[in-house]
Amino acid sequence: MSENITYREAVKRAIHKALKEDERVFLMGEDVGRYGGSYAVSMGFLEEFGKERIIDTPLCESGFTGAGIGAAVNGMRPIVEIMTVNFSFLALDQIVNSASALFYMSGGQFNVPLVIRMATGGGNQLGAQHSHSLEGWYAHIPGLKVLTPATIQDAYAMVGLALEDPNPVLIFENATLYNKKGDFDEKAPVLAIGKAFVHREGKDITFLAYGVNLLKALEAADILAKDGIDAEVIDLRSLRPLDNETIMASIKKTHRALIVDEDWKSGSISAEIMARINEDAFYELDAPMARVCSREVPFPYAAHLEQAAMPQVDKIVQTAHEVMES
Amino acid sequence: MKLDINKAKEFYSQMLLIRRFEEKCAQEYSHQKIRGFLHLYIGEEAVGVGVIDALSDEDAIVATYREHGQALARGIPANSIMAELYGKAEGVSHGRGGSMHLYSAQKRFYGGNAIVAAGLPFAVGMALADKMAKRNRVTLCLFGDGAVAEGEFHESLNLAALWNLPVLFVCENNQYGMGTALKYAESETNISKKAAAYKISSHQVDGMDVLEVSKMAQKAIKSIKAGKGPQFIEAITYRFRAHSMFDAELYRDKSEVQEWKKRDPLLVFKDRLKEMDIVINTQEIEKEISKTVEDAVAFAEAGTLEPVEDLEKFVYSQGAVK
Ligand SMILES: Cc1ncc(C[n+]2csc(CCOP(=O)(O)OP(=O)(O)O)c2C)c(N)n1
Repeated sequence: MSENITYREAVKRAIHKALKEDERVFLMGEDVGRYGGSYAVSMGFLEEFGKERIIDTPLCESGFTGAGIGAAVNGMRPIVEIMTVNFSFLALDQIVNSASALFYMSGGQFNVPLVIRMATGGGNQLGAQHSHSLEGWYAHIPGLKVLTPATIQDAYAMVGLALEDPNPVLIFENATLYNKKGDFDEKAPVLAIGKAFVHREGKDITFLAYGVNLLKALEAADILAKDGIDAEVIDLRSLRPLDNETIMASIKKTHRALIVDEDWKSGSISAEIMARINEDAFYELDAPMARVCSREVPFPYAAHLEQAAMPQVDKIVQTAHEVMES
Repeated sequence: MKLDINKAKEFYSQMLLIRRFEEKCAQEYSHQKIRGFLHLYIGEEAVGVGVIDALSDEDAIVATYREHGQALARGIPANSIMAELYGKAEGVSHGRGGSMHLYSAQKRFYGGNAIVAAGLPFAVGMALADKMAKRNRVTLCLFGDGAVAEGEFHESLNLAALWNLPVLFVCENNQYGMGTALKYAESETNISKKAAAYKISSHQVDGMDVLEVSKMAQKAIKSIKAGKGPQFIEAITYRFRAHSMFDAELYRDKSEVQEWKKRDPLLVFKDRLKEMDIVINTQEIEKEISKTVEDAVAFAEAGTLEPVEDLEKFVYSQGAVK
């Protein structure tokens, strides 16, 4: 049975379900309790579950993320919320030097079943310190898993997937998605972590995107269809592990690739994907690969500048045409 | 403090084991059997031994990269520690950790952390989990005076006090963070005062005297187990060796080291035993320990190398949580 709900509501329901079903699950972060979550995801949770399980923390990203790691290792299932990916860099040491490495350094003795959620992405005119898409950086780190839900179904499903996983899992929720509505079925089948999803089948060119840019890629595909170009659109879903198999299968079918990513080009996941296609499917390509990424600037505040910095549908359409013609 | 003869033997044996084990490590390092960073605990034995003795098996330990001594005091076999230092498959971390990353799930020993101060938030989380699950256990968090300057020290003390968590913070104040003396690193060199500012019950103790350390640790643990929240101990101690095997020790006078060596924890302990008229056979203990250390080296020498095909094993955990 399907309903129409927001992305926010989907995340909220998933956390709510987890809190109900497993006593070990708790939510911790800045303003998750009395305030209701900076994106209102945990509104009402404090009243329902109490301050022992909905923990308002002081402003100390490193401290409470580290505490999440300790609690996870000691038998709990913490969900740590970091307001915005930019602030997660204050906890970078804990995430990169501890959470990702502990299982390995201990020779397999200590799991870190920790879930960290954070908002990412621009488009809300928040300036350079609140707008960047830095999930690709985390995808660089062995030992971490990096999820980027684009759809309402995934916004719901990925919380559960992350909690079931014995490894540290980071979930990046694009801030502009929270108010988006879509069909939701609690019982819908769930694709595993590490699996990409062919969202739209096509035969001429493969679009590779995640998060909010999946929606932009789909929009571009609809426009291109009118021009007789049949784009296949893949939702990467998981940046680490990255689903080589699905990507290469699509390249073998369309022989053309365009990556859409709100991160900058230099040293990004889009660069990684290009390198992998080069390694695994170079001779399948009929044209040079292309990508639509953000301009290499700290995000500006002014709306027109910010929009100009980010990938847009018309740019995707134009770039796709160029790839088709080359 | 009352001390029975068995306890006296135990304290002495443990401190001597750490001393001899690490002297051996230094030797094997010069033979290039042990590589990488090697931080010796010699001079600080009384702290680890005294504090860890106050823990029960259910309590947990979070330590730093200078943790051989604490691992030994916790009862992790010398064999598997030495094998780890040799990078062998039989080592506690299957050769993936080395000197700075000793762990034991069985002994609830959680590091081995080479990022200064990173263990503090971790320990806070361990204690948070115990509190939430209503387990009456303590997490001991050991760190050096250098950690006090990091933000995580302050974040962690604040959280532990705010949430009334069962953590015992023990600062091993050996006066130096690598080559930087405490007075060049802190505006307030009395570290226990900083902890007190977070409303944590804080104390200084003579870290060269295992009995003093033990007494204070027992009191602290008793208070924590009674649900009274975190405790903080600053143990004033000294490392007799260089910071690591790479350190030329240009930052301190030899005479300063000699002065502190007069308060060698093994000598101090012998004096205390004399005062209390307790007689233990130190020669016999010396013999036993020497055999333990020799065996550990033989075990490490005979150890096997983790197959390179297993290089990627333990990056991700498969299946259920351990
Ligand atoms: C975050 C961080 N910064 C710097 C270092 C390099 N470093 C290793 S040990 C050390 C000194 C630490 O001194 P202290 O905490 O007093 O411990 P001690 O070595 O005296 O036991 C430094 C600066 C590090 N390992 N981690």
